[in-house]
Amino acid sequence: MPEALLEVEGLTLDYHTRGGVMRAVDDVGFAVGRGEALVVLGESGCGKSSLARALMRLLPRNAGGLGGRVRLAGRELHLLDDETFRREVQWQGLALVMQASMNALNPVVKVGEQVAEPLRVHLGWERRRALARAAEVFELVGLPGDFLRRYPFELSGGMRQRAVLAMALVAEPALVILDEPTSALDVLTQAGIMNALKRVKAELGTGFILITHDVATSSELADRVALMYAGQLVEVADAETFFSAPGHPYAQALMASVPKLRQRERPRAIPGEPPSLLDPPAGCRFAARCPHRFADCDRLPPSFAPAPRQEVRCWLYKEASR
Amino acid sequence: MSWGMGLGMGVGSAHRQTWAELRRYPSALAGVALILLLVALALHTLATVPYDQAVASWRSGEARLPINARPLWSDWLSPGRAPRSQSLIATEIDSEAFPGGRRLTQRIALDYAYDDFPSELALFLKPRDSERAAFLRLTWRTPDGREINLGSRRLVGETRVALSQDRVLEQRLGRPAHLGLLAAADGEAVLSGRHTLTLEAVFFDPDAELASELLLYGRVHGLAGTDHQRRDLGLALRWGTPIALAFGLVAAVGTTLSTLVIAAVGVWYRGWVDALIQRLTEVNMILPLLPILVMVGTLYSTSIWLMLGVVVALGIFSAGIKTYRAMLLPIREAPYIEAARAYGASHLRIVMRYMLPRILPVLIPTFVTLIPTFVFLEASLAVLGLGDPVMPTWGKVLNDAQAQSALYNGYYYWVLAPAALLMLSGLGFAMLGFALDRVFNPRLRSL
Repeated sequence: MPEALLEVEGLTLDYHTRGGVMRAVDDVGFAVGRGEALVVLGESGCGKSSLARALMRLLPRNAGGLGGRVRLAGRELHLLDDETFRREVQWQGLALVMQASMNALNPVVKVGEQVAEPLRVHLGWERRRALARAAEVFELVGLPGDFLRRYPFELSGGMRQRAVLAMALVAEPALVILDEPTSALDVLTQAGIMNALKRVKAELGTGFILITHDVATSSELADRVALMYAGQLVEVADAETFFSAPGHPYAQALMASVPKLRQRERPRAIPGEPPSLLDPPAGCRFAARCPHRFADCDRLPPSFAPAPRQEVRCWLYKEASR
Repeated sequence: MSWGMGLGMGVGSAHRQTWAELRRYPSALAGVALILLLVALALHTLATVPYDQAVASWRSGEARLPINARPLWSDWLSPGRAPRSQSLIATEIDSEAFPGGRRLTQRIALDYAYDDFPSELALFLKPRDSERAAFLRLTWRTPDGREINLGSRRLVGETRVALSQDRVLEQRLGRPAHLGLLAAADGEAVLSGRHTLTLEAVFFDPDAELASELLLYGRVHGLAGTDHQRRDLGLALRWGTPIALAFGLVAAVGTTLSTLVIAAVGVWYRGWVDALIQRLTEVNMILPLLPILVMVGTLYSTSIWLMLGVVVALGIFSAGIKTYRAMLLPIREAPYIEAARAYGASHLRIVMRYMLPRILPVLIPTFVTLIPTFVFLEASLAVLGLGDPVMPTWGKVLNDAQAQSALYNGYYYWVLAPAALLMLSGLGFAMLGFALDRVFNPRLRSL
């Protein structure tokens, strides 16, 4: 792995709900290198978006404790107060493209103004200079420069997604978190966006955390993959290793559920449902749905490393070197 | 083309669009025309009648103006020609010195041609270089040759001889001087022709001079007439325009902006801030505005600016907050607000640049229709006798008219003119406001 840009250790995030305290992000740890793309895979409700929000400190009102250590380029982010974090880290260090971000544009303000806004908010740039910079970023994400003067409703969904991406990139953050950036787009537009991301990654060397449930799309950009299940990371591995030889039974089941071209066997669904995070099982969280379940699964497994650059949270790899 | 220019043009074209759409409503054009008319009248008044002069003349009236004169235009409505005010300067026809003094004879010739009697007769006398009291004898000669002795007077300093209020003369003539002197010997009709007034003055200063002027007060004056205190109603109506517009505008801006900002702050910060704002609003909503203003006016001061302050202060937590809150709540949850939070926009910036601009278009029509309600409020206060003690306003004219039983006495113009101005300003803003509502409020747009 290249030099670590973002290191996350023991990140936890609780929500207060009517049913009690719910731990949406539970002891999550990973690292992203400079210019590297980490794909966080997982099904709906597994805590992917909460992970993004926890990293950005963009917490909803019912959020409870936020714990763990986050280091960005050597800086201990968890020690910063909210105001310093807002002024110094948000958007210059970490930027976020939110879920359904096509709607993240203010309908009554021109796109260019909005893309330039972070520069004016954070760096105090005057309008003209910020707009000129916005035009550059527009080119980078594949939008014509004169689109700066359009209103969001004059743009198609894919163009809006590109504009939001431009907005995330405009202050040249070290790392961009993309939360389901392509979820509401058709396949061709998805491909266009993914290509734009690849180009940005190549040209700017920006690090990416791409949060998605879409295995196929994620494989295009991923350098590494982190698989999330019920609030926990169950496998973190090189993209190549993950897609060819997934370690965790959940990862294997997931790969088997993806339809492939020129494949004889039908995609297999994973039986059962994820456990409720209000009352998670004491042992492995996937145990109830796991075909390999055995006695050890009643205790929560730690991470094992069955292969180099692959960490799997499963007792099956008890014998593997840690 | 630079970005700044391009964006500036974009804004300009948006304005043009609004205007083009607005032009489709004739009522909007009529409203704009009315408002422009009122604004022009206000500006013209401010430019031509200085404030101090207006206030001074409104406080004491003007000695040379007739009492309760009708406006000039009312002359077209009745047969005959109503008399205008006429000022006649005396010419000296004889002067004779005697030891220790001087005798002067002056004559004023009056060619009376109106079909009605003047409303009053008065003589303005200005003796000069006269230390001691002088004596004056007045004789009136009618065209048919009668000589009427108007009596003798002592003359000390500048004097206004109110012939119409002379009780002795009135008894002798059987009616007030302005009727009796100008009437034919036998009856009611005006005796037209040349009347002459002869003044014989005896001064006990050898160098004394006398400047005399006979003023026949007319029965019509100016565009609006005069009131019972010799005040030009036109002055009050003209000066009332900038006052009414300023009051309405400041009150509307003050209440709208403060309510808007407070509602947005409550919506954004939620929790106890919002709860406090809502409770304050609920308490304030049941407080009756007019009685409170009457109380303040009665117990403290009726200054128009104090009233304005109270109106705005009570308007801060007004019912508008509930409406704006309802409009802002969904905006707070909009993804682009969250995006703004994500890139670290400050609370103030989010409220001011992201939330408020969203509801401004819906607010403009409300704001425009709000202006006349405050104009009416000010007039209502004045009609209730709580008008500003110093400034002439439309409401105070109405208040005077009511106190003088104007309609009962046939002074219809006294009530009509200020009422018409109030109605026109209400109409102008309402017509524009309703048209703006159709332009800005998508729900009202017909397909």
